[in-house]
Amino acid sequence: MTSLPAHASDRKLGLVIDLDICVGCHACAVNCKEWNTGGHMAPLTDYEAWGDSPAGVWFNRIHAFEAGEGANGRTVHFPKSCLHCAQPACVTVCPTGASFKRAEDGIVLVDEDLCIGCKLCSWACPYGAREFDEDVGVMKKCTLCIDRIYNDKLEEVDRVPACVATCPVGARHFGDLGDPNSEVSKLVAEREGYDLMPELGYKPTNKYLPPRTGRAQAGCTGAPAKPLSEASPDSTGNKLLRWLDRALSR
Amino acid sequence: MRGRRGHHQAHRSGAPAEAAFEQAIEIRSGWTDWTGRYHDKFVGRPVSMHAMRGVSAHSNGFQTCRAIHLLQMLLGSIDCPGGFRYKPPFPKAAPPPAKPAAQVGPMHALHGLPLGFPQSPDDLLLDIDGKPHRIDKAFSWEAPLAVHGLMHMVIHNAWAGDPYPIDTLFFYMANMAWNSAMNAPDAMRMMSDKDESGQYKIPHIIYADAYFSEMVAYADLVFPDTTYLERWDCISLLDRPISDPDGAGDAIRRPVIQPDRDVRPFQDVLLDLGARLKLPGMIDGNGKALYPGGLKDYLVWHERRPGIGMLAGWRGHDEDKQGMGEPNRRQLDRYVENGCFWRGEIPEKARFYRFANRDFFDWAIPRGFLDKPQQIVLQLYSEPLRKFQLAAEGHGTRQPPEHLRDRVRQSFDPLPCWYPPFGAAADNEGYVLHAITQRPMHMYHSWGSQNAWLRQIQARNPLFIARKLGDRLGLADGDWVWIESPHGSVKAEIKLMEGVNLDTVWTWNAIGKRAGAWSLSATAPESAKGFLLNHVISELLPPQPDGHRYANIDPVTGQAAWYDLKVRLRKCMPQEAGETAPKFDPLDPPLPQARGGLAYGAEFRAHRTRAERGRA
Repeated sequence: MTSLPAHASDRKLGLVIDLDICVGCHACAVNCKEWNTGGHMAPLTDYEAWGDSPAGVWFNRIHAFEAGEGANGRTVHFPKSCLHCAQPACVTVCPTGASFKRAEDGIVLVDEDLCIGCKLCSWACPYGAREFDEDVGVMKKCTLCIDRIYNDKLEEVDRVPACVATCPVGARHFGDLGDPNSEVSKLVAEREGYDLMPELGYKPTNKYLPPRTGRAQAGCTGAPAKPLSEASPDSTGNKLLRWLDRALSR
Repeated sequence: MRGRRGHHQAHRSGAPAEAAFEQAIEIRSGWTDWTGRYHDKFVGRPVSMHAMRGVSAHSNGFQTCRAIHLLQMLLGSIDCPGGFRYKPPFPKAAPPPAKPAAQVGPMHALHGLPLGFPQSPDDLLLDIDGKPHRIDKAFSWEAPLAVHGLMHMVIHNAWAGDPYPIDTLFFYMANMAWNSAMNAPDAMRMMSDKDESGQYKIPHIIYADAYFSEMVAYADLVFPDTTYLERWDCISLLDRPISDPDGAGDAIRRPVIQPDRDVRPFQDVLLDLGARLKLPGMIDGNGKALYPGGLKDYLVWHERRPGIGMLAGWRGHDEDKQGMGEPNRRQLDRYVENGCFWRGEIPEKARFYRFANRDFFDWAIPRGFLDKPQQIVLQLYSEPLRKFQLAAEGHGTRQPPEHLRDRVRQSFDPLPCWYPPFGAAADNEGYVLHAITQRPMHMYHSWGSQNAWLRQIQARNPLFIARKLGDRLGLADGDWVWIESPHGSVKAEIKLMEGVNLDTVWTWNAIGKRAGAWSLSATAPESAKGFLLNHVISELLPPQPDGHRYANIDPVTGQAAWYDLKVRLRKCMPQEAGETAPKFDPLDPPLPQARGGLAYGAEFRAHRTRAERGRA
């Protein structure tokens, strides 16, 4: 019901998120909330802030879960925000034109003055990335910090989304994924970054970098897995020293 | 790719770990060692180790840390390329020359630092009868090398009048009625306990906090504190610095908003109190406050020794001195201009082997980090430890009391040793599971452990156990169990997971709250379902045959042995499931109950143009 831009540029701004090194610290989620509750779509309302069922609007949420079993299992911290799809059904389904995709950079936004709060877009988004503000009665979502990345009142180094700016381990990257020579595109190529649920055909702009392989071998020191046999029972301590003595005199 | 600080992609070498022990890393850089010999490269063994406080939080933790350090020494991986690296102001002489200062009585300043590094029994803080000077018994035979003090024993000792009764306990931002206390239920009981005459056993408690935390209810006098956004503050090289291996660093905080309520920065209050009480060091010769501007003045003008103050950057009349130099009245301006940070880079030739690198000595000495251009000997064998052990073996005039003699003899081994942790309960009573906690990472993004956003991320904590353990005990997700230790029991919800050791159970710390605290609803999930393991950890070990109870600490350092905790699990009866226990009477906040929602930032929503809304 709402059209995508007829003459979109090649520019596709988005995020690259490294699942190999994200530790789930939530700094990105908290800084996103901090910036955006004073930003383009302010406020990011909290309901029952001190009550029995605390909930509210977040543009970026971290899902932590386990995958695999036993020694092959790992904990996955999976940050999720709007993926700024090239084929965003959340836009085409919008009956009023409130939900739209920008021609110049591909960012998907909501014009709150046109939003009637029908929630069709949130039903259409397979990633669950839309956030309905029950207090205001309109749909909200990640803006890719449009009020930071083009903000000439900020220093150049700060013109990145709040989540990228704050990540303490460098697990989040921002750039133009429409340019095959951009740093983010090269990173995606090098690390075999992938689309979430590509079979659905939404062509998400954001990419995820998979965990690196080889983890299982990382701990191999060549040392035996069992403690070396107990030496003479006379001494109370210093088994470590005896082990070292043997190890170093081999 | 635009990462904020030029984050680089981490790469894995792909080499198997065993190769690291056979390999060397070389960095081409000329440097001069402590004897004056010139070298044209640094050579290192690329073996690095990482551990957090969990290693030391056992009653044998100090010796375990020593063992790890010894291993580093033998591998040759200390302060070398690829190995462990010091961050300024370290390395220091071992032991550092600062000894703990003896108490000298009311209205006199200590002759040195309250915490320090004893080098022999002569440096312990004991009176003529061998009784500890300090209320926490730090630097006594119970905890000779207590370089951090024993915060967790203060309430117990004050309550018991051991080693002496006191009049007033004064706490700052330590939630000793809840998640900062070992044995929180007894800590609460002791703080409200009375003697036969009806007087409190701890007569007065003063507490400073920015929040209505669980501790506030136990205070006779509360100093309402500001947040970090409303105060001057510093992250000093004298405390826990933010240095990196290639540079020294420190930082300030400055007020960015003014308080809108009746609160004062706690450090300003302390300095004000000190001046009003006319304490030495707080007033000048005319009795006037030395730091009338509060911490802001203290940061600039206080000198620990000549030239050394809280901040290392922009010292001296010409603002060009680092670490050591005269106070500079414009110092805070320079910090503010520099984004509140200072960093002094170490020259390349001084970045490795700093225990034996003359180029490093030449850099460190004028900055006050070292006193002498002298090699720092890494000690395989620790002479100070042996001195304490000798005393326990019957040598010297100052010897441990009989009931501590064996402990000191065993634990002060000059070579790293291992002994079974004291607090680990007997396996044959079924306490076979190690129980540990960690603070949720998201709490580190906020000063308080509780706010409207963090509680949306997590408002209740389960007990995580291995799936196989769950199978064995017949426990599934959502079941409730009693976590039982020899000290007590607490009720929790179960969550099965793969990524935890079969013999270990764990949970998040500081999610559980007492009902009525933190302005939460009385039935909030934090108090209904969130729990603390603190309830089942005692600050004392079980009684000896003679009735004596040792503190639950490392006998070398006095470090609280949090991680010695062992527990067993018992599935709850169906009627017991759904809520945690023990529960404590809800606190009755002297503040209006916070209600409703929040819409921070709504006030910024003035009229925007269509372009500003993102439409071209």
